[in-house]
Order: sequence, then C-alpha cells, then structure tokens
Amino acid sequence: MMEFIARFLIGGFVVSCFAILGDMLQPKSFAGLTSAAPSIALATISLTVAKSGRLYAATEARSMILGAAAFLVYAWIVCTILMRRKWFVVATAYLALGIWLICALALQFLILG
Amino acid sequence: MRFAFEPSALRRTGWQEYTSRFVFGGIVTVVAGLIADRFGAGIGGLFLAFPAIFPASASLIQKHEKERKERAGESGTRRGRAAAGVDAAGAAIGSTGLAVFAAIVWTLLPRFPLARTLAIGIVCWGATAVLAWIVHRKTSRFLRRRFAAKHPPPVTADSESIRRNG
Repeated sequence: MMEFIARFLIGGFVVSCFAILGDMLQPKSFAGLTSAAPSIALATISLTVAKSGRLYAATEARSMILGAAAFLVYAWIVCTILMRRKWFVVATAYLALGIWLICALALQFLILG
Repeated sequence: MRFAFEPSALRRTGWQEYTSRFVFGGIVTVVAGLIADRFGAGIGGLFLAFPAIFPASASLIQKHEKERKERAGESGTRRGRAAAGVDAAGAAIGSTGLAVFAAIVWTLLPRFPLARTLAIGIVCWGATAVLAWIVHRKTSRFLRRRFAAKHPPPVTADSESIRRNG
C-alpha cells in the first residue's frame, strides 16, 4: 500500500512540475515539448530499480521507446484533428488515448514479440 | 517568434487545474506500476511513455485562449482549438526526445548508477526535443517560402495598390 501511495505522490508531483514548466514557456509549439516529457519514467524508475533491479528497469525502458513512437502517432493525429476538424479538444485528447494504446501494443507485439 | 519564459502565466491557472493534473499524473503512475506488476516489464514499459501531461494541458490551453478572445469581444472557440493543435504539434516533436531518453536508460542503466543515467537521460531529452523543434521550425519556414515563391498570390487591383502605396 505504501508503494502505491509513494507512486501516486511522486507521479503527481513530477507530472505537475513538467506541466507548470510548459505553462511558463512560449510559443505554444515550444511549450508542447514538455507535454512529451518523461514524467512517469522519472517518477517510477527509481522505485522499480529499488524493487526489481536495474536490468528489469532497463527492459522497461526498451519498451518505452515503442511507447514514445506511439506517442508521436497519438500527438500527430490529435494535432491533425484539431487543426482540420471542429471537434472538442478535451474529447479528442482523451479519446485518442485509445489510439496510443493500440499503437503501443501493436508495436510491442510486432517488434519485441 | 523566439522562445520565452513567462512565470506570470502561472497566475492564469487555478488551484483546481493544478489539483486535477496532480491527481491524473498520480493515477497514471500507479496504473503504470500495476500494469508492470501484472503483465511484466515489456507491456509495463510502454506506459512509461503514456501521454500523462498532454490531455490536461491541451484542455487548459484551449480554455485560456478562449477566455482571452472572449474578453476581447470575439468568439474564442476556433482560436482555442487551434492553440491546442499547436501544442499537440509540439508534443509530437518532443516525442523524439522521449524516445532518446528511453534509449539512454535502456543502454546505460545496466552499467551506470541510476542517478547518473537519469541525469544524462534528462539532459539528452531536453537537447533532442529543442533541437528537433528548431529543425522543424526552420524546415517549415523554408518550405513555406519556397511554396510562396513558386505559387505567388494572384495580383489584384487591391494588392497592386497596397504594394505601390503601402
């Protein structure tokens, strides 16, 4: 239980820090770089190393490369929809997370098996 | 436009918005840990690159831009959507840095201490993201200029008058 509380607090803190950094940066496309910050990785890798060791965390990082590729697809699709269609921003950003998930899992099974 | 650092922009964000980002970030981190426990490092690792910041940031940017336009007496819906779209373009560019961070942790973590690996990773993330942003900006400007040179706008009586008289 303590591990989950630690994960929640550290994750919330790191995500908030990068989000605040993004709020302070201009122009908007430059601020968008912080939306792709490795916030969850920074929050969890130290806990993973303490619990399961450095090799396990390195294996997670290998899959994270594919997760980042899925992030690129997700952000590009959201950008295209918001620029060309009159869709709601919140609905588009949250519903497109399904595209991230499908893309990440597909890459994982195709490349790493 | 060059990049700038504006701490005063933080005053536009309410405490509810900070709280919602904190809670969303915390929940995503816990869920990523649970998935890694249940399905192993392969699937769990994917969630280290989950878009945890973008959805909340995009809705916030849209809200702020909309409010700004409406204060000026105009409808801000379209402007807010476009601003969120530009933020998404930045996130797509920044994902290159995310991949570099992951590659560095994957290769260095088995050999180097955790703190040093994370420090190198975060520096490389920032450098890659900023470099990719600069390259994208310069390339798109160059392509726009070439397109404009090849396809000049049609000369009308109004445009000719503006060109001559300013």
